Order: sequence, then C-alpha cells, then structure tokens
Amino acid sequence: MNLTLKIWRQEDAKSPGKMVTYPISNIEGHMSFLEMMDILNDELIEKGEEPVAFDHDCREGICGMCSMYINGEAHGPDRRVTTCQLHMRMFKDGETIHIEPFRANSFPVLKDLMVDRGAFDRIQQAGGYISVNTSGNTQDANSLPIPKADADLAMDAATCIGCGACVATCKNSSAMLFVSAKVSQYALLPQGRVEAKDRVLNMVNQMDIEGFGNCTNTGACEVECPKGISLDNIARMNRELIKAKA
Amino acid sequence: MSTLDSKVPEGPLKDKWTTYKDKIDLVNPANKRKIDIIVIGTGLAGGSASATLAEQGYNVKAFCYQDSPRRAHSIAAQGGINAAKNYQGDGDSNYRLFYDTVKGGDYRSREANVYRLAEVSGNIIDQCVAQGVPFARDYGGLLDNRSFGGVLVSRTFYAKGQTGQQLLLGAYSAMNRQIARGKIEMYNRHEMLDIVKVDGKARGIIARNLITGELERHSAHAVVIASGGYGNLYFLSTNAMGSNVTAAWKTHKKGAFFANPCFTQIHPTCIPRSGDYQSKLTLMSESLRNDGRIWVPAKLEDVMAIREGKKKPTDLSEDERDYYLERRYPAFGNLVPRDVASRAAKERCDAGYGVNKTGEAVYLDFKSAIERYGKEQAKIHNEKDASAQRIYDLGKDIVEAKYGNLFQMYEKIVDEDPYKTPMMIYPATHYTMGGLWVDYNLMTTVEGCYAIGEANFSDHGANRLGASALMQGLADGYFVLPYTIGDYLSDDIRTGRIPTDTDAFEEAENSVKTTLDKLINTGGTKAVDYFHKKLGNIIWNKVGMSRNEAGLKEAIAEIQELRADFWKNVRVPGGTHEVNRELEKAGRVADFLELGELFAQDALTREESCGGHFREESVEIDGPQKGEAKRDDENFTFVSAWEYKGNPSESQLHKEELKYENIELKQRSYK
Repeated sequence: MNLTLKIWRQEDAKSPGKMVTYPISNIEGHMSFLEMMDILNDELIEKGEEPVAFDHDCREGICGMCSMYINGEAHGPDRRVTTCQLHMRMFKDGETIHIEPFRANSFPVLKDLMVDRGAFDRIQQAGGYISVNTSGNTQDANSLPIPKADADLAMDAATCIGCGACVATCKNSSAMLFVSAKVSQYALLPQGRVEAKDRVLNMVNQMDIEGFGNCTNTGACEVECPKGISLDNIARMNRELIKAKA
Repeated sequence: MSTLDSKVPEGPLKDKWTTYKDKIDLVNPANKRKIDIIVIGTGLAGGSASATLAEQGYNVKAFCYQDSPRRAHSIAAQGGINAAKNYQGDGDSNYRLFYDTVKGGDYRSREANVYRLAEVSGNIIDQCVAQGVPFARDYGGLLDNRSFGGVLVSRTFYAKGQTGQQLLLGAYSAMNRQIARGKIEMYNRHEMLDIVKVDGKARGIIARNLITGELERHSAHAVVIASGGYGNLYFLSTNAMGSNVTAAWKTHKKGAFFANPCFTQIHPTCIPRSGDYQSKLTLMSESLRNDGRIWVPAKLEDVMAIREGKKKPTDLSEDERDYYLERRYPAFGNLVPRDVASRAAKERCDAGYGVNKTGEAVYLDFKSAIERYGKEQAKIHNEKDASAQRIYDLGKDIVEAKYGNLFQMYEKIVDEDPYKTPMMIYPATHYTMGGLWVDYNLMTTVEGCYAIGEANFSDHGANRLGASALMQGLADGYFVLPYTIGDYLSDDIRTGRIPTDTDAFEEAENSVKTTLDKLINTGGTKAVDYFHKKLGNIIWNKVGMSRNEAGLKEAIAEIQELRADFWKNVRVPGGTHEVNRELEKAGRVADFLELGELFAQDALTREESCGGHFREESVEIDGPQKGEAKRDDENFTFVSAWEYKGNPSESQLHKEELKYENIELKQRSYK
C-alpha cells in the first residue's frame, strides 16, 4: 500500500517543531509500524536527509520504550498493543497517518518523536520499592502464604510497562494509572503493607511535583493502556491515600 | 598460562563456596564509602549487582543505553527461573540442578561455577518474594512450579509469561531505593565506548551521553560489565534492537579474553520471518512444545500447494504429514532439547519442506492437544455423547487457559488464528553462551574488570537449558559478585579517588573521538542496516545452526571484505554532538563486524559438535545415533579463550582445560 505520513520533526528540546509530510510506498500489511518507520529512515538516509528519531528497543511489547501518538491515539488504533506490536494491516491504502510524540508537559520532547520520561523513574524512586536488603538472608519464600486471588491481582497491576501511554492519552496528563499500578501491587501483598502509608504519600507527592494533572475518571488511560491496567487501581490508590492521611 | 588460572578454590565441590566466603578479605563499612564501582548495563545481572553493591556501601555509577534501567532486555524473558527448592517434593536438590545444567550444557561449563549457581538458586526466590515479586501461586497460597526444558523435576518459578519482567522490576525497585539514597548515580541514555586502564587495572570508562553526544570520563576502582549477549550479530534475533557487544568487545580489545564466542543458542520456536523488512524475531515460549506437535508435509507437492495457497495445512490427512521429531526421536519426541529441535527444523527446510513463502517455517500443531483435552473434559463433565464441536470447544478452553497470551501474540503478528490453523515457527538466535572469560571470582583477564550475566561465559557451556539465564543473572549480581569484588577491593582502601585528568583517560577519549569522527566522515552512501543485514546473512548461513570448514573459511573472508566495505561506504547523517541514532548503530555494527570474524574463527577451531555448535564433519557415522552430533571429549574438553592481538584473525587461543570430578561425561541421547 501507499501512504502519506505526517511526522512531528523537532531538532532538540529547545527548538520549535513542525509536522513534515513524507510519502511512502510498497508497505505490506505484515510489516510492523516500526518496520515501516525503518524503511522510511533508510530512504531518508540514502537521500542524505536526517532520519526520524524515535524510541524503541525490544519490539515485542514489553520494554515500554516505544511511544508514538498515532492518528490521535497512544500506540495507534489497535488495542492492547504497543507501537512496536502495531501492524500495518490496521491501515488502508492511500491513508494519511499522523505521527506525534507523547505530549505532556512532564514529558519534554528530546528530538522528533523521543520524549523524556524521567519523571516516571523519579516517582518510582520516591517509594516504589520494599525496603529489604538484597542479602538473600530473608525468610523462606514459602513461609508467607499469599492468597492466590491477591497474588493474581498484584501481578495484573505489576504488568505495567511504564510506557506513558496513560499520560499521553489523558486530557489532564495525569499519571494516576501508572502510579496506582505500583501502589496497588504492593498494597495487595503482605510484604508491602509495612511501608504502605509512606509509599503512597511519597509517590503521590512526587507525582504532583513532576506536574502531572489530576484524575477526572474519564477512563481513557485504561482504554489505551497496552497492558490493560485497570482503573480499579486508581480507586485503590485513592483509598490508600485517604487511609494514609487519616 | 598463568593468565588462565580459574582460581577455583580447593576442597570438595559442596564446600568450595562456603569455605571461600569464610576466607576472603572484607572491606569495612567506612572504607566502602571511599570506593567507586562502575556497572555497565542494568538488566538482571547489572541491576541486581548495582543495588547490592550500593546497599553494602560502595558508590555505584550505573549506565544503560535505554531511557530507564527498567527497560533492559531481561524484561522480555518469558518462561521462568529455576531454583532447587524442592517445594514439589519430587527429589530436587542442589546437586540435581547442578547436574542437569552441566549435562544440558553438553559438558563444556565449569563445574565449580555451576555448583555455586545451584547453591544460591534458592536464595534468589526468597529474595525476590521479599521484594514483592508476584510469582504464580497455588490455591493454598504457596508458590507454584512448572516443568521446563527436558528435566525430570518441577523447579521453575514463574510469573505468568512475564517472569523476566517481574524479576527485573524487582531489581529495578532495589536500585530505585539506592538511587533515592544517592548511593547509585544512574546514567540513563549513556553508552560505554571504551574501558580505561591505569597501571594494568580497570579504572574507568569513556561514555557517550546519547542526548548531548558529549564524551564523558568516569573513574572507579573496579568496572563491572553486565551488558548482556551478542545475539544481534545475526541481525535478526530475539534480542532487543539496541542489544550489542560494544562494552564487552572494547574490554576484549583492552586485554579481556573472549571465551567460546561460537556457542550460540538458536531457539526452535520463534515466529518466522515474513519478509526482508523484518527487524527482529519474536519468541514463542518453549512451554508450547509440551502440547504442540511439530510437522511438515510428507510430500513436496503438498508443500508447493500450500505455498501457492491451493491447499491449507488442515486439508492434509495424518498420513500426509511428517511429524519429524517424533519420527527421529521416538523417546523424547517434540520435547528434545533446543539445539536438537532447531537443527531438525533446519534439516527439513533445507530439504525443501518449509511451509511459508520464504521456505523457512514448520508447523506447530495443537489439534491433537485440543482433542485430547476436550475428550478429558467431556469425561469430567460426564458428557458421554459430546459432539466433535463440543469436544473442540472444551479442549480449546484448556489450551487457551494455558497459552492464551502466546496465542494472542501470535495472532497479532501473523494475522492467523492458531486455534484453527497450525502455528508456523522457525528457529532464531536467542542467547549467547559465550562471552568474556572470567575466573571463579567473575573477574576477566583485565584486573579489576568483572563480567556478569550473559556477558560472561561460565555457566551454560555449549547449550543453555530453559529458565537458567534469569537464575544466573541474579545469582551473579545479588550473591556472587558482591562477595568476590570485596576481596579485590580490600587492597584499594587507601587508593583514593581515581583522577580522570590523566593520560590514560585522555588517550581513551581521543581514540573514541577519532572512531566517531571517522564514522561520520566516511562519505559513503549506504545506511548502517545494509551492512548489518549482510553480516547477519553471512553468519546465519555459514555460522548458524550447522557449520563446516569450507563455509567457515568463506565466512571469515566475506566478513573481512564486508568490514572494509563498511568503513568506506557507510553513511551516518548528522553530527557527533546531538541525538544520533545512526551513529549509535554504526558503532555497534562496527564491533559486530570484528566479533563476527572471531566468532567464525572459534567455530572453525572447535572441530567437534557440542551443544548448539554443530560441525557437519563431526557426526556419528553409524550405530543407533547415526547422523547425530558427535562430541570429542578427548580433544576438546576445554574453554577457548581468545586474546586480542590487533586484528580478529590474529587472535591467540588460550585453553582452559575443563575437569569433571563430580560428574561423568556421557553422550546425550534422545532417540
């Protein structure tokens, strides 16, 4: 198929950016979206132009590095996939595709489609851990039975890949889904209860410092989340926060 | 040679590690604050090492090329992690895990290292649970296990199909705690481009800031390479796009021996290539072989009809199918080890029986499993007259519960429903057992430079068993290196900060700068991928699943030629002082072009077949094992450790003889 790409180009964090149009042809449905971008880039290089910079790494939907906003949706039109798992069969011959970076004040653009998601790391550093040393001299793993249902819910929350689609999608640029996934994982497990109060207070505080917006329960984050992280986690985090402040 | 002293402690195998730990020199807590350690890579090995070293009090500087340490490629590991906990009461023990790992590695790994690995494996599970890793549990709330890759016990712990992700996020959380305390300085989006030696000791690195392009000097009292494997040598692999050999290769060029480079794992069950544009390959977990049957059509005319779309695989009757693994290996059938399954698929496809348009695919069929489970369920539900459709539906539910996420992943990529039509699979490069040579302390032949995880060579021999890579990464990082590095650093408590304004740093920085400038200014016309794909083709075809002398010699000549072409004709747009993804790729491919030659050289030298390394000249000529790989214990029970001499083809071979005192060398038979 033949397509028209309109791609956000921006030299660096300080320069202004703009949409640039690139026609591209002979694209097959079996290609992944990023393979289509590879072809565009190789064409640009052979013409002596600068390729489009974008983040990507594992290309199997688990590292969370890829981050494009495609036709107005984080990770594009398919559901439960990251951009690297999106395939060109989702598009039609002759279509125009708009490709932008994830947009949020807390995710400054570094170049073209690359953004800085360091704010996510800083939120995790504020409390996204259990304070146990890695000496291995802990109790035997099976000395602490955990109900299967709780362990499964904790696992569901823990599958967050930290890509930032929730923030990019949210009209308030809220990071509540991301933060609540980590808070929930530990809140659901006995190991995490010991520091539960401090954790939720510190992580929410850091989230505010980073300038993410608040949650107004529209649920767009859950729809666009490639891992299907549930909105229930936000409710759980709010409960944890109220308990911590009480 | 004295440089290849493995430093394995004396004494009985079971006591070596304990006795060793009792006798090593320690650094007191106040002195640890005076010591800096650099860690390259933040996967399971690098992440766990950084966290533990920082907890102990050392000042850690950790580097990764991704935008966050959480994205290292350990995150993509699916299946699980082995540990000799014997929670299932099926007779597991440290010795059994040790035995299985050595045997699985086709007797080319070091006994003492593997035993230590087995010994600390249980601690890993305790540690991870304490960190909040949500492992799968049974209804009693205790940890669940599954069986994996041709062993006789259930010792694999798992978190759905995302075990690597959960273990890495555990290590990442431990790192975050230390980053918050200021004990780890984290350098995201940085790439190590050279190691700096002062008076023969590793004392720092030159790193490029991938955002500003600036070259930075970082000093330390020791450097730890935890940069993973080099599977991307093949261009197409299950590795991440950025996975590379640069840190390990630069260290090799500064004196670290490179061990067994040709020991590569080609994983049998990956989604096949669909075209030339393909950028990477996706793994389908080995666990699928428990229920899937592998076949190709028995007749070439059916192959043609399928390729042309005139027939569907489901049109073929049972006697028109060749279940070649069941035919060749009746005892193990579809559950032969990875190396054997991969070679058998290649043999059928080379003979023309590949079932997709590239001719490189075989079927993995769940029809029998769906039927078997369906009948079982009908019985359980007391449905005596269940229709064929009803049996199919019942069976499909069971298969979906077991493998649903993998089937969904397959459908997204291939656009076919694997419940209705068999999956297509083909082997792909997955893991590299070779790596930097290390002694028992995990130190390379460069004093003060350590290598851990996939970046070293020590534990998996010539073939890695499923669920043991995660175990090794975390064992090295959490429990081995933190002890052994202290023994070395105890001599450094009076050294003080290592200055970076010295000739050694100046020289290293200049040499990096020269290389980068050269890459930018070649004036060529071809993109980096053009060369990388060509290299991948050479390696895949001539140093892939099956190797012979003539092919290896051709490969060496072709790689040399390609390398010369690269340095003349590569085009890297943009400059050095900006975000420049092509420049990053070019540097990595330049190193792959050198490693590739050593890789072929190593395969040429090893005139035996062992594990993933299959030399066509070394096969069983007759008897029940006719046509199978033939190991040569008399002449090749050693580790090949290569010393760099200015050019990959002039590298000098050193041998570490492998002694097996606790295990008997046997031929692996799966017939």
